Amino acid sequence: MMSEAAVEEAVGAKTETQPPIKMQGRMVSVFYSGSQALYDVDLDIRQYQVTALIGPSGCGKSTFLRCLNRMNDTIDGCDVKGNITLDGADIYDASVDVVELRASVGMVFQKPNPFPKSIYENIAYGPRIHGLARNKTEFDEIVETSLRRAGLFDEVKDRLHEPGTGLSGGQQQRLCIARAIAVSPEVILMDEPCSALDPIATAKVEELIDELRQNFTIVIVTHSMQQAARVSQRTAMFHLGSLVEEGDTDKMFTNPDDQRTQDYITGRFG
Amino acid sequence: MSEQNSNSQLAAHTVTSYDEDLQFLARRIAEMGGIAERMLEESVAALVNGDAGLSQKVISDDLLLDDAERQIGEKAVLVIAKRQPMAADLRDIIGSIRIAADLERVGDMAKNIAKRVLAVHGMAQPKKLVRGLDHLAELALTQLKEVLDAYSSRSPELANSIRERDEEIDAIYTSLFRELLTYMMEDPRNITACTHLLFCAKNIERIGDHATNIAETVYYISTGSQLSPDRPKDDETASVGADE
Repeated sequence: MMSEAAVEEAVGAKTETQPPIKMQGRMVSVFYSGSQALYDVDLDIRQYQVTALIGPSGCGKSTFLRCLNRMNDTIDGCDVKGNITLDGADIYDASVDVVELRASVGMVFQKPNPFPKSIYENIAYGPRIHGLARNKTEFDEIVETSLRRAGLFDEVKDRLHEPGTGLSGGQQQRLCIARAIAVSPEVILMDEPCSALDPIATAKVEELIDELRQNFTIVIVTHSMQQAARVSQRTAMFHLGSLVEEGDTDKMFTNPDDQRTQDYITGRFG
Repeated sequence: MSEQNSNSQLAAHTVTSYDEDLQFLARRIAEMGGIAERMLEESVAALVNGDAGLSQKVISDDLLLDDAERQIGEKAVLVIAKRQPMAADLRDIIGSIRIAADLERVGDMAKNIAKRVLAVHGMAQPKKLVRGLDHLAELALTQLKEVLDAYSSRSPELANSIRERDEEIDAIYTSLFRELLTYMMEDPRNITACTHLLFCAKNIERIGDHATNIAETVYYISTGSQLSPDRPKDDETASVGADE
Protein backbone atom coordinates (compact mmCIF):
# COMPACT_ATOMS: atom_id res chain seq x y z
CA MET A 1 0.00 0.00 0.00
CA MET A 2 0.88 3.66 -0.01
CA SER A 3 4.13 4.52 1.73
CA GLU A 4 4.02 6.81 4.75
CA ALA A 5 6.13 9.40 3.02
CA ALA A 6 3.74 9.46 0.09
CA VAL A 7 0.78 9.88 2.42
CA GLU A 8 2.48 12.73 4.21
CA GLU A 9 3.31 14.36 0.94
CA ALA A 10 -0.25 14.02 -0.37
CA VAL A 11 -1.89 15.22 2.83
CA GLY A 12 0.77 17.74 3.83
CA ALA A 13 0.42 19.66 0.61
CA LYS A 14 -3.23 20.34 1.39
CA THR A 15 -3.12 20.96 5.13
CA GLU A 16 -0.77 23.90 4.70
CA THR A 17 -3.52 26.29 3.67
CA GLN A 18 -6.21 25.12 6.10
CA PRO A 19 -8.63 27.87 7.15
CA PRO A 20 -9.03 28.61 10.88
CA ILE A 21 -10.93 26.26 13.16
CA LYS A 22 -14.53 27.42 13.70
CA MET A 23 -15.77 24.64 15.94
CA GLN A 24 -13.74 22.07 17.75
CA GLY A 25 -14.80 18.83 19.44
CA ARG A 26 -12.43 17.15 21.88
CA MET A 27 -13.07 13.77 23.52
CA VAL A 28 -16.78 14.08 22.79
CA SER A 29 -18.74 11.16 24.16
CA VAL A 30 -22.53 10.86 24.20
CA PHE A 31 -24.65 8.55 26.33
CA TYR A 32 -28.34 7.87 25.82
CA SER A 33 -29.77 6.70 29.15
CA GLY A 34 -26.39 5.30 30.11
CA SER A 35 -25.56 3.48 26.86
CA GLN A 36 -22.71 5.08 24.95
CA ALA A 37 -23.45 6.25 21.40
CA LEU A 38 -20.30 8.28 20.72
CA TYR A 39 -16.74 7.54 21.84
CA ASP A 40 -14.10 10.25 22.40
CA VAL A 41 -14.52 12.06 19.10
CA ASP A 42 -11.92 14.70 18.23
CA LEU A 43 -12.97 16.73 15.21
CA ASP A 44 -12.23 20.21 13.91
CA ILE A 45 -14.79 22.11 11.84
CA ARG A 46 -13.02 24.70 9.72
CA GLN A 47 -14.38 28.09 8.80
CA TYR A 48 -16.10 28.57 5.43
CA GLN A 49 -15.70 24.92 4.59
CA VAL A 50 -18.26 22.19 4.16
CA THR A 51 -17.50 19.27 6.43
CA ALA A 52 -19.36 16.07 5.57
CA LEU A 53 -20.05 13.43 8.21
CA ILE A 54 -20.50 9.99 6.70
CA GLY A 55 -20.92 6.45 7.98
CA PRO A 56 -23.51 3.68 8.19
CA SER A 57 -26.76 4.15 10.10
CA GLY A 58 -26.27 4.29 13.85
CA CYS A 59 -22.59 5.24 13.56
CA GLY A 60 -23.01 8.42 15.61
CA LYS A 61 -22.69 11.04 12.87
CA SER A 62 -26.09 12.63 13.55
CA THR A 63 -25.44 12.39 17.29
CA PHE A 64 -22.22 14.32 16.85
CA LEU A 65 -23.94 16.87 14.60
CA ARG A 66 -26.60 17.44 17.22
CA CYS A 67 -23.93 18.07 19.87
CA LEU A 68 -22.71 21.06 17.88
CA ASN A 69 -25.77 23.17 18.74
CA ARG A 70 -26.82 21.25 21.83
CA MET A 71 -29.86 19.70 20.18
CA ASN A 72 -29.17 16.64 22.33
CA ASP A 73 -30.15 18.75 25.37
CA THR A 74 -33.76 18.26 24.29
CA ILE A 75 -33.51 14.47 24.62
CA ASP A 76 -34.24 13.05 28.07
CA GLY A 77 -31.44 10.93 29.48
CA CYS A 78 -28.90 12.20 26.99
CA ASP A 79 -25.52 13.04 28.46
CA VAL A 80 -22.73 14.76 26.54
CA LYS A 81 -19.13 14.55 27.81
CA GLY A 82 -16.02 16.18 26.47
CA ASN A 83 -15.48 19.62 25.12
CA ILE A 84 -17.00 21.50 22.17
CA THR A 85 -16.04 25.05 21.34
CA LEU A 86 -17.32 27.70 18.96
CA ASP A 87 -14.61 30.24 18.17
CA GLY A 88 -12.73 28.89 21.16
CA ALA A 89 -15.61 29.32 23.66
CA ASP A 90 -17.11 26.25 25.33
CA ILE A 91 -20.70 25.88 24.09
CA TYR A 92 -21.63 23.68 27.06
CA ASP A 93 -20.57 26.36 29.56
CA ALA A 94 -23.26 27.24 32.12
CA SER A 95 -23.25 30.87 30.97
CA VAL A 96 -24.21 29.99 27.39
CA ASP A 97 -27.75 30.90 26.29
CA VAL A 98 -28.83 27.86 24.29
CA VAL A 99 -31.30 29.88 22.21
CA GLU A 100 -28.51 32.27 21.21
CA LEU A 101 -26.24 29.32 20.47
CA ARG A 102 -28.81 27.81 18.13
CA ALA A 103 -29.11 31.14 16.33
CA SER A 104 -25.33 31.07 15.79
CA VAL A 105 -25.32 27.38 14.91
CA GLY A 106 -28.47 26.88 12.85
CA MET A 107 -29.90 23.59 11.71
CA VAL A 108 -31.68 22.15 8.68
CA PHE A 109 -33.35 18.78 9.07
CA GLN A 110 -33.90 15.71 6.94
CA LYS A 111 -37.55 16.42 6.25
CA PRO A 112 -38.44 19.99 5.34
CA ASN A 113 -40.32 21.35 8.34
CA PRO A 114 -41.65 24.82 7.57
CA PHE A 115 -43.83 26.41 10.23
CA PRO A 116 -47.56 26.24 9.36
CA LYS A 117 -47.40 29.93 8.56
CA SER A 118 -46.84 32.09 5.51
CA ILE A 119 -43.55 31.99 3.62
CA TYR A 120 -42.87 35.50 4.92
CA GLU A 121 -43.55 34.56 8.54
CA ASN A 122 -41.38 31.46 8.27
CA ILE A 123 -38.42 33.73 7.61
CA ALA A 124 -39.41 36.66 9.84
CA TYR A 125 -40.10 34.53 12.92
CA GLY A 126 -36.48 34.00 13.96
CA PRO A 127 -35.35 37.61 13.48
CA ARG A 128 -38.41 38.73 15.44
CA ILE A 129 -37.74 36.62 18.53
CA HIS A 130 -34.05 37.52 18.39
CA GLY A 131 -34.90 41.21 17.94
CA LEU A 132 -32.88 41.50 14.73
CA ALA A 133 -35.26 43.96 13.04
CA ARG A 134 -37.20 46.97 14.29
CA ASN A 135 -39.69 47.80 11.57
CA LYS A 136 -41.46 46.35 8.55
CA THR A 137 -38.86 47.68 6.13
CA GLU A 138 -36.10 45.87 8.00
CA PHE A 139 -38.14 42.66 8.17
CA ASP A 140 -38.92 42.91 4.45
CA GLU A 141 -35.25 43.28 3.78
CA ILE A 142 -34.25 40.25 5.88
CA VAL A 143 -36.98 38.12 4.25
CA GLU A 144 -35.92 39.09 0.74
CA THR A 145 -32.18 38.70 1.41
CA SER A 146 -32.63 35.32 3.08
CA LEU A 147 -34.87 34.02 0.29
CA ARG A 148 -32.45 35.32 -2.32
CA ARG A 149 -29.50 33.67 -0.62
CA ALA A 150 -31.46 30.43 -0.51
CA GLY A 151 -32.14 30.80 -4.24
CA LEU A 152 -35.87 30.83 -3.63
CA PHE A 153 -36.92 34.48 -3.91
CA ASP A 154 -37.77 34.54 -7.62
CA GLU A 155 -39.91 31.43 -7.24
CA VAL A 156 -41.98 32.74 -4.31
CA LYS A 157 -41.87 36.56 -4.51
CA ASP A 158 -45.49 36.80 -5.68
CA ARG A 159 -46.86 34.56 -2.95
CA LEU A 160 -44.96 35.52 0.17
CA HIS A 161 -48.12 35.46 2.21
CA GLU A 162 -49.22 32.01 1.16
CA PRO A 163 -48.47 29.08 3.48
CA GLY A 164 -44.93 27.71 3.37
CA THR A 165 -46.37 24.21 3.51
CA GLY A 166 -47.89 24.77 0.04
CA LEU A 167 -44.44 24.75 -1.61
CA SER A 168 -42.86 21.68 -3.24
CA GLY A 169 -40.52 19.54 -1.13
CA GLY A 170 -37.38 21.07 -2.62
CA GLN A 171 -38.75 24.58 -2.21
CA GLN A 172 -39.72 23.81 1.39
CA GLN A 173 -36.19 22.65 2.13
CA ARG A 174 -34.74 25.83 0.65
CA LEU A 175 -37.28 27.77 2.71
CA CYS A 176 -35.94 26.03 5.81
CA ILE A 177 -32.41 26.97 4.76
CA ALA A 178 -33.57 30.57 4.24
CA ARG A 179 -35.13 30.46 7.71
CA ALA A 180 -31.83 29.27 9.19
CA ILE A 181 -29.92 32.01 7.36
CA ALA A 182 -32.34 34.73 8.48
CA VAL A 183 -30.91 34.90 12.00
CA SER A 184 -27.37 35.36 10.60
CA PRO A 185 -25.83 32.17 11.90
CA GLU A 186 -22.12 31.42 11.68
CA VAL A 187 -22.46 27.68 11.31
CA ILE A 188 -25.25 25.75 9.58
CA LEU A 189 -25.81 22.10 10.46
CA MET A 190 -27.62 19.98 7.89
CA ASP A 191 -28.91 16.53 8.74
CA GLU A 192 -29.46 14.69 5.45
CA PRO A 193 -31.02 17.77 3.87
CA CYS A 194 -31.64 16.12 0.49
CA SER A 195 -32.82 12.64 1.44
CA ALA A 196 -36.46 13.55 0.80
CA LEU A 197 -35.78 15.48 -2.42
CA ASP A 198 -35.73 14.51 -6.09
CA PRO A 199 -32.46 14.84 -8.07
CA ILE A 200 -33.25 18.30 -9.45
CA ALA A 201 -34.20 19.70 -6.04
CA THR A 202 -31.10 17.99 -4.63
CA ALA A 203 -28.92 19.67 -7.24
CA LYS A 204 -30.40 23.04 -6.31
CA VAL A 205 -29.69 22.50 -2.63
CA GLU A 206 -26.15 21.36 -3.42
CA GLU A 207 -25.60 24.44 -5.56
CA LEU A 208 -26.93 26.49 -2.66
CA ILE A 209 -24.57 24.81 -0.18
CA ASP A 210 -21.68 25.73 -2.44
CA GLU A 211 -22.76 29.38 -2.47
CA LEU A 212 -23.47 29.50 1.26
CA ARG A 213 -19.92 28.35 1.92
CA GLN A 214 -18.76 31.89 1.07
CA ASN A 215 -20.39 33.21 4.25
CA PHE A 216 -21.14 30.26 6.49
CA THR A 217 -19.42 27.24 7.91
CA ILE A 218 -21.42 24.13 7.06
CA VAL A 219 -21.54 20.66 8.56
CA ILE A 220 -23.61 18.14 6.64
CA VAL A 221 -24.63 14.59 7.47
CA THR A 222 -25.38 12.58 4.36
CA HIS A 223 -25.94 8.99 3.35
CA SER A 224 -25.03 9.77 -0.23
CA MET A 225 -21.31 9.24 -0.80
CA GLN A 226 -21.54 11.11 -4.06
CA GLN A 227 -23.15 14.05 -2.33
CA ALA A 228 -20.44 14.13 0.33
CA ALA A 229 -17.82 13.97 -2.41
CA ARG A 230 -19.51 16.74 -4.39
CA VAL A 231 -20.31 19.31 -1.72
CA SER A 232 -17.67 18.98 0.98
CA GLN A 233 -14.04 19.95 1.37
CA ARG A 234 -13.46 17.80 4.44
CA THR A 235 -15.01 14.44 5.20
CA ALA A 236 -15.22 12.61 8.52
CA MET A 237 -16.07 8.92 8.56
CA PHE A 238 -17.83 7.49 11.64
CA HIS A 239 -18.30 3.85 12.56
CA LEU A 240 -19.81 2.30 15.70
CA GLY A 241 -19.72 5.62 17.53
CA SER A 242 -16.07 6.40 16.77
CA LEU A 243 -14.42 8.73 14.32
CA VAL A 244 -12.57 6.40 11.95
CA GLU A 245 -10.89 8.87 9.66
CA GLU A 246 -11.08 12.55 8.82
CA GLY A 247 -9.42 14.29 5.94
CA ASP A 248 -9.45 16.09 2.66
CA THR A 249 -12.57 15.02 0.74
CA ASP A 250 -10.73 14.49 -2.55
CA LYS A 251 -8.38 12.06 -0.87
CA MET A 252 -11.06 10.33 1.20
CA PHE A 253 -13.00 9.32 -1.89
CA THR A 254 -10.08 8.32 -4.08
CA ASN A 255 -7.61 6.86 -1.62
CA PRO A 256 -8.77 6.64 2.01
CA ASP A 257 -6.27 5.45 4.62
CA ASP A 258 -8.60 3.34 6.71
CA GLN A 259 -9.89 -0.01 5.47
CA ARG A 260 -13.31 0.65 7.04
CA THR A 261 -13.64 3.88 5.07
CA GLN A 262 -12.58 2.05 1.92
CA ASP A 263 -15.13 -0.70 2.54
CA TYR A 264 -17.94 1.71 3.35
CA ILE A 265 -17.55 4.09 0.44
CA THR A 266 -17.10 1.29 -2.09
CA GLY A 267 -20.15 -0.62 -0.88
CA ARG A 268 -18.44 -3.55 0.83
CA PHE A 269 -19.62 -3.07 4.39
CA GLY A 270 -20.69 -5.87 6.68
CA MET B 1 -5.77 -15.55 -14.71
CA SER B 2 -7.90 -16.08 -11.63
CA GLU B 3 -11.01 -14.02 -11.05
CA GLN B 4 -10.11 -13.78 -7.39
CA ASN B 5 -7.15 -11.65 -8.31
CA SER B 6 -9.15 -8.54 -8.92
CA ASN B 7 -9.19 -6.51 -5.72
CA SER B 8 -7.56 -9.39 -3.93
CA GLN B 9 -7.08 -7.39 -0.73
CA LEU B 10 -10.72 -6.31 -0.55
CA ALA B 11 -13.86 -8.05 0.60
CA ALA B 12 -16.73 -8.71 -1.80
CA HIS B 13 -19.26 -5.99 -2.59
CA THR B 14 -22.66 -6.10 -0.96
CA VAL B 15 -24.04 -6.01 -4.51
CA THR B 16 -22.65 -9.17 -6.12
CA SER B 17 -23.17 -8.01 -9.68
CA TYR B 18 -20.75 -5.14 -8.99
CA ASP B 19 -17.98 -7.70 -8.41
CA GLU B 20 -18.98 -9.44 -11.63
CA ASP B 21 -18.62 -6.16 -13.52
CA LEU B 22 -15.13 -5.62 -12.14
CA GLN B 23 -14.18 -9.23 -12.85
CA PHE B 24 -15.33 -8.82 -16.42
CA LEU B 25 -12.90 -5.94 -16.85
CA ALA B 26 -10.01 -7.81 -15.19
CA ARG B 27 -10.65 -10.90 -17.30
CA ARG B 28 -10.79 -8.94 -20.55
CA ILE B 29 -7.51 -7.20 -19.68
CA ALA B 30 -5.91 -10.57 -19.01
CA GLU B 31 -7.16 -11.84 -22.36
CA MET B 32 -5.88 -8.76 -24.15
CA GLY B 33 -2.52 -9.25 -22.44
CA GLY B 34 -2.33 -12.82 -23.68
CA ILE B 35 -3.16 -11.80 -27.24
CA ALA B 36 -0.69 -8.90 -27.21
CA GLU B 37 2.12 -11.15 -25.94
CA ARG B 38 1.43 -13.73 -28.62
CA MET B 39 1.27 -11.09 -31.36
CA LEU B 40 4.66 -9.70 -30.38
CA GLU B 41 6.20 -13.17 -30.22
CA GLU B 42 4.77 -14.19 -33.56
CA SER B 43 5.56 -10.94 -35.36
CA VAL B 44 9.24 -11.20 -34.44
CA ALA B 45 9.28 -14.91 -35.32
CA ALA B 46 7.76 -14.04 -38.68
CA LEU B 47 10.41 -11.39 -39.18
CA VAL B 48 13.31 -13.66 -38.25
CA ASN B 49 12.05 -16.56 -40.34
CA GLY B 50 10.50 -14.53 -43.16
CA ASP B 51 7.19 -16.29 -42.49
CA ALA B 52 4.51 -14.50 -44.53
CA GLY B 53 1.68 -16.71 -43.25
CA LEU B 54 2.48 -15.98 -39.63
CA SER B 55 2.75 -12.26 -40.32
CA GLN B 56 -0.71 -12.39 -41.90
CA LYS B 57 -2.08 -14.02 -38.75
CA VAL B 58 -0.60 -11.29 -36.58
CA ILE B 59 -2.18 -8.64 -38.76
CA SER B 60 -5.62 -10.20 -38.47
CA ASP B 61 -5.26 -10.87 -34.73
CA ASP B 62 -5.04 -7.12 -34.16
CA LEU B 63 -8.81 -6.96 -34.67
CA LEU B 64 -9.27 -9.07 -31.53
CA LEU B 65 -7.42 -6.50 -29.46
CA ASP B 66 -9.33 -3.60 -30.98
CA ASP B 67 -12.57 -5.35 -30.19
CA ALA B 68 -11.59 -6.19 -26.60
CA GLU B 69 -10.50 -2.60 -25.98
CA ARG B 70 -13.86 -1.37 -27.22
CA GLN B 71 -15.67 -3.81 -24.94
CA ILE B 72 -13.63 -2.70 -21.93
CA GLY B 73 -14.30 0.95 -22.70
CA GLU B 74 -18.03 0.40 -23.01
CA LYS B 75 -18.23 -1.73 -19.88
CA ALA B 76 -16.18 0.77 -17.87
CA VAL B 77 -18.47 3.66 -18.88
CA LEU B 78 -21.51 1.59 -17.98
CA VAL B 79 -20.11 0.60 -14.58
CA ILE B 80 -19.23 4.20 -13.77
CA ALA B 81 -22.73 5.33 -14.75
CA LYS B 82 -24.46 2.56 -12.82
CA ARG B 83 -22.37 2.25 -9.67
CA GLN B 84 -20.62 5.59 -9.17
CA PRO B 85 -17.48 3.79 -8.06
CA MET B 86 -15.28 5.19 -5.32
CA ALA B 87 -11.70 4.80 -4.10
CA ALA B 88 -10.07 1.45 -5.05
CA ASP B 89 -12.95 0.49 -7.36
CA LEU B 90 -12.73 3.77 -9.22
CA ARG B 91 -8.97 3.41 -9.63
CA ASP B 92 -9.48 -0.14 -10.83
CA ILE B 93 -11.94 0.90 -13.53
CA ILE B 94 -9.96 3.92 -14.70
CA GLY B 95 -6.86 1.70 -14.68
CA SER B 96 -8.53 -0.91 -16.86
CA ILE B 97 -9.36 1.74 -19.47
CA ARG B 98 -5.74 2.92 -19.51
CA ILE B 99 -4.25 -0.56 -19.62
CA ALA B 100 -6.61 -1.61 -22.40
CA ALA B 101 -5.45 1.40 -24.43
CA ASP B 102 -1.80 0.48 -23.84
CA LEU B 103 -2.36 -3.14 -24.84
CA GLU B 104 -4.23 -2.07 -27.93
CA ARG B 105 -1.20 0.01 -28.93
CA VAL B 106 1.09 -2.95 -28.28
CA GLY B 107 -1.05 -4.84 -30.78
CA ASP B 108 -0.63 -2.02 -33.30
CA MET B 109 3.15 -2.15 -32.89
CA ALA B 110 3.25 -5.91 -33.40
CA LYS B 111 1.01 -5.55 -36.42
CA ASN B 112 3.36 -2.94 -37.85
CA ILE B 113 6.31 -5.30 -37.43
CA ALA B 114 4.32 -8.05 -39.16
CA LYS B 115 3.52 -5.75 -42.08
CA ARG B 116 7.23 -5.16 -42.67
CA VAL B 117 7.99 -8.89 -42.93
CA LEU B 118 7.10 -8.99 -46.64
CA ALA B 119 9.10 -5.85 -47.40
CA VAL B 120 12.22 -7.14 -45.68
CA HIS B 121 11.80 -10.70 -46.89
CA GLY B 122 14.20 -11.83 -49.57
CA MET B 123 16.61 -9.01 -48.94
CA ALA B 124 20.03 -9.59 -47.52
CA GLN B 125 19.58 -9.26 -43.78
CA PRO B 126 22.62 -9.16 -41.61
CA LYS B 127 22.04 -12.13 -39.27
CA LYS B 128 23.60 -10.30 -36.37
CA LEU B 129 21.07 -7.49 -36.60
CA VAL B 130 18.12 -9.83 -36.73
CA ARG B 131 19.47 -11.60 -33.67
CA GLY B 132 19.80 -8.27 -31.90
CA LEU B 133 16.18 -7.52 -32.73
CA ASP B 134 15.18 -10.92 -31.41
CA HIS B 135 16.94 -10.21 -28.13
CA LEU B 136 15.25 -6.81 -27.84
CA ALA B 137 11.88 -8.46 -28.42
CA GLU B 138 12.59 -11.05 -25.73
CA LEU B 139 13.24 -8.32 -23.20
CA ALA B 140 10.08 -6.45 -24.18
CA LEU B 141 8.11 -9.68 -23.97
CA THR B 142 9.42 -10.37 -20.46
CA GLN B 143 8.43 -6.87 -19.42
CA LEU B 144 4.98 -7.35 -20.89
CA LYS B 145 4.49 -10.74 -19.22
CA GLU B 146 5.63 -9.52 -15.84
CA VAL B 147 3.58 -6.37 -15.94
CA LEU B 148 0.49 -8.46 -16.61
CA ASP B 149 1.41 -10.59 -13.60
CA ALA B 150 1.79 -7.39 -11.59
CA TYR B 151 -1.69 -6.37 -12.76
CA SER B 152 -3.32 -9.64 -11.81
CA SER B 153 -1.66 -9.66 -8.39
CA ARG B 154 -1.99 -5.87 -7.98
CA SER B 155 1.62 -5.77 -6.84
CA PRO B 156 3.05 -2.25 -6.62
CA GLU B 157 6.56 -3.62 -5.86
CA LEU B 158 6.63 -5.74 -9.01
CA ALA B 159 5.22 -2.83 -11.02
CA ASN B 160 7.94 -0.54 -9.76
CA SER B 161 10.74 -2.99 -10.54
CA ILE B 162 9.42 -3.46 -14.10
CA ARG B 163 9.45 0.25 -14.65
CA GLU B 164 13.06 0.46 -13.50
CA ARG B 165 14.05 -2.18 -16.04
CA ASP B 166 12.89 -0.30 -19.13
CA GLU B 167 16.36 1.25 -19.15
CA GLU B 168 17.81 -2.00 -20.46
CA ILE B 169 15.51 -2.05 -23.49
CA ASP B 170 16.36 1.54 -24.25
CA ALA B 171 20.08 0.80 -24.11
CA ILE B 172 19.87 -2.15 -26.47
CA TYR B 173 17.65 -0.19 -28.83
CA THR B 174 20.22 2.59 -28.94
CA SER B 175 23.02 0.17 -29.79
CA LEU B 176 20.89 -1.51 -32.48
CA PHE B 177 20.18 1.92 -33.92
CA ARG B 178 23.91 2.64 -34.19
CA GLU B 179 24.58 -0.73 -35.83
CA LEU B 180 21.83 -0.23 -38.39
CA LEU B 181 23.25 3.18 -39.26
CA THR B 182 26.68 1.64 -39.73
CA TYR B 183 25.32 -1.01 -42.10
CA MET B 184 23.52 1.59 -44.14
CA MET B 185 26.67 3.69 -44.44
CA GLU B 186 28.71 0.69 -45.46
CA ASP B 187 26.46 -0.28 -48.33
CA PRO B 188 23.50 1.75 -49.60
CA ARG B 189 21.83 -1.48 -50.78
CA ASN B 190 21.20 -2.24 -47.10
CA ILE B 191 19.16 0.91 -46.66
CA THR B 192 15.72 -0.51 -47.47
CA ALA B 193 16.01 -3.53 -45.20
CA CYS B 194 17.76 -1.61 -42.46
CA THR B 195 15.14 1.15 -42.46
CA HIS B 196 12.43 -1.44 -41.98
CA LEU B 197 14.42 -3.12 -39.24
CA LEU B 198 14.91 0.25 -37.63
CA PHE B 199 11.16 0.73 -37.48
CA CYS B 200 10.76 -2.78 -36.12
CA ALA B 201 13.28 -2.01 -33.39
CA LYS B 202 11.49 1.24 -32.62
CA ASN B 203 8.18 -0.62 -32.38
CA ILE B 204 9.65 -3.09 -29.91
CA GLU B 205 11.19 -0.30 -27.88
CA ARG B 206 7.77 1.35 -27.73
CA ILE B 207 6.17 -1.86 -26.57
CA GLY B 208 8.60 -1.61 -23.65
CA ASP B 209 7.31 1.92 -23.03
CA HIS B 210 3.73 0.65 -22.98
CA ALA B 211 4.74 -2.03 -20.46
CA THR B 212 6.16 0.81 -18.38
CA ASN B 213 2.90 2.74 -18.70
CA ILE B 214 0.97 -0.31 -17.55
CA ALA B 215 3.37 -0.71 -14.61
CA GLU B 216 2.65 2.88 -13.60
CA THR B 217 -1.10 2.27 -13.88
CA VAL B 218 -0.84 -0.91 -11.78
CA TYR B 219 1.07 1.05 -9.15
CA TYR B 220 -1.65 3.69 -9.13
CA ILE B 221 -4.46 1.14 -8.94
CA SER B 222 -2.96 -0.61 -5.95
CA THR B 223 -1.60 2.36 -3.99
CA GLY B 224 -3.66 5.36 -5.06
CA SER B 225 -0.49 7.38 -5.63
CA GLN B 226 1.52 7.99 -8.76
CA LEU B 227 5.11 6.91 -9.27
CA SER B 228 7.52 9.82 -9.44
CA PRO B 229 7.92 11.14 -12.97
CA ASP B 230 11.73 10.83 -13.11
CA ARG B 231 11.83 7.44 -14.77
CA PRO B 232 15.25 6.23 -15.95
CA LYS B 233 15.60 6.80 -19.68
CA ASP B 234 18.36 5.43 -21.83
CA ASP B 235 17.05 5.93 -25.34
CA GLU B 236 19.71 8.23 -26.74
CA THR B 237 18.86 7.74 -30.40
CA ALA B 238 17.38 11.22 -30.65
CA SER B 239 20.92 12.59 -30.42
CA VAL B 240 22.78 9.90 -32.42
CA GLY B 241 24.22 11.28 -35.67
CA ALA B 242 25.44 9.55 -38.84
CA ASP B 243 28.95 10.95 -38.37
CA GLU B 244 29.62 8.91 -35.26
